[in-house]
Order: sequence, then structure tokens, then C-alpha cells
Amino acid sequence: MNIAFEYSIGVVMMVAVVTLFTRALPFLLFGGKKDAPKWVQFIGRTLPPAIIAILVLYCFKDMSITEVKNWLPQILASIAVVLLHLWKKNTLLSVGGGTFIYMVLIQVVFI
Amino acid sequence: MKTLQTKIYNNKNTLLFAFEQSIPVLLGYLFLGMAFGLMIQKAGYHVLWAFFMSLFIYAGSMQFLLVALLTAGVDVLTCGIMTLLINGRHLFYGLSFVNIFKHMGKYYPYMVFSLTDETYSILCALKAPEGVNEKKAMFLIAIFDHSYWIMGSVLGALTGQFIPFNSNGIEFSMTALFLVIFMNQWKEMKSHKAALCGLACGILSLYLFGADKFILPALFATVCLMVVYYIQNQKRGK
Repeated sequence: MNIAFEYSIGVVMMVAVVTLFTRALPFLLFGGKKDAPKWVQFIGRTLPPAIIAILVLYCFKDMSITEVKNWLPQILASIAVVLLHLWKKNTLLSVGGGTFIYMVLIQVVFI
Repeated sequence: MKTLQTKIYNNKNTLLFAFEQSIPVLLGYLFLGMAFGLMIQKAGYHVLWAFFMSLFIYAGSMQFLLVALLTAGVDVLTCGIMTLLINGRHLFYGLSFVNIFKHMGKYYPYMVFSLTDETYSILCALKAPEGVNEKKAMFLIAIFDHSYWIMGSVLGALTGQFIPFNSNGIEFSMTALFLVIFMNQWKEMKSHKAALCGLACGILSLYLFGADKFILPALFATVCLMVVYYIQNQKRGK
């Protein structure tokens, strides 16, 4: 171990506690015995599709158009996922198939 | 009254259902976990560190950054602020579950702790069939996901160098999972306003703030727009 033990413990605890805080805050604010306010319930119900949309964008955020291999594999594999899912509606097949195609694309085709 | 036999049957169904739901996460967490384990081991940490970090922190992108922070010797307070910025998105996840988790009794604290991007996405889309205990299934999915992450980290720290095949690109399974869940929700929802609102805020925020900082402003703008929409609707109702 070349990094100080106490320092490492401190950082890990800090990261763990702050992460837990970010997850727990909505529950600390609205998770009591009383039901959450109506507007919070509304937002809670409507948020999931918006959050998933943002998470999809998050996965593509590092794409760049400078080189073909930095965007085309993601696009092709994503099209494959969409087509597979429209066709069979099987989550495992769509995720597994799309990932396999992506791996082949970046390891064999666009090196 | 339920007989003991139907109860056992339900438990088995629930376990199988939860496992099935968690399989898409298995691939991603196992290999991303291994990548993390390998990195932390290369930074000079024992496998036990990998285990405890993944047990107590359990946040993918943050743990990768953690390796960099530790090797650079960044001070503890700055690490805390970085964590707040990276994981601040979690603040918005809980909103969808405040009224659900609190009715889960002894599972409640763990459900809050283990709400990662992937577990959130799976739980949002969850539809338990007949004969499956939904609350228990939610808990089991959370546990399964967490255990994949821990297993991956430990394996990576122990044997990362020896992965028998080239696993480059396996991280795409997370992208694929989010895409599939997005499609499922798109089909289910009568109104696509929310999804389009998220997409628009996300793209605008990417443009304004860049790839590394876009997610918090995007989520914040989405929530603001939803509050405005809600207030407008309330006014119209009166």
C-alpha cells in the first residue's frame, strides 16, 4: 500500500456517506408517515420516462464525430437493440444481442 | 387462508422472477465491477478494499473517479463535493419511490441505499405477474444487482488480468438496457410529454454545459418544467 491508510479510509467514508445522502434526501424530506405532497407525487409519477431518456443520453455523451470509430459503433449497435426489441420484445435478447454486436464492431470492424 | 405450500410456491416464483429481471444488469455490473476491481488493485489496494468500497459506496461512475482521486491524493472535502456533483442525480430518483419504499418495512433502508441508475430503471418498469410478491421481488432485485457489483469488483481485484476473452465494449450492455427500458415505457405511456421533456432538457443541457456536467442541470430543468405543468393544470382545474 503506497497511499496513506487513514487518508484512504477518510475518502472512502466521505464518498459513501455523501452518496447515501444523495439517495436518502427525498425520503428524508417526503418519506414520513404523512403522504408526500400532491405535487411531489405527480413529479414522482411523471419523472421515470424523463430520467430514462436522460440516462440514454448520458450513455452517448462521450461520442465524438472526429473519427468514425467514435460514433458509428454506438449508433449501429443501438439500431440493432431497437430493431431486436421491436421484433422479439425480449429484454435479454435485445441487451445481449446489441452488446455482442457492439463488441464485434469495436474489436473487429472499427479498430 | 394461504397454505404453507402456496407460500413456498410464491417465494420460489418471486425469487425466479427477481433473478430474471436482474439478468440484464448482471452482465454490465459484473464486468464494470471487474474493471473497477482491476483499477483499484493496480492503484495499490488490497482486494478487501475493493470489496468494502463496492459494499458501502455502490456507485459505479463515482467509484471509477474514486480511484483517480485517491491516486492523485485529492483532499477529503473536495472528494465529498465531487461526490455530490456526480451522484446528485440520485436526489431525483427517490421522488418516484417515496410512497412505495416506506411501505416496505424492514426493506426500506436498504431500498433507499441501493437505488442505483440501473436498479432504479428496472424497478420503474417492474410489473410483477400473478403469484409473485412484488415488494419482495423489488428487494431481491436490489440485492442481486448489488451482489453482481461486489462480485465483479472482487473478481477484478483478484484476477482482472486473466479475463479469458477481450471484454472491450461489454459496457454497452448498460446503454442497451436503458434503451430497452425507454422503449418499454414509451409504449406503455399514453402521453410522451415526460419522455420528450427529459430528452429536450438533456440535449439542451448537453449543448450548454458539455458532456461532463449536463446531467444535473437536465434533471433540474425537467423537474422545474413538471412543477410548472402541474401548477398550470391545477389552475385550469379550478
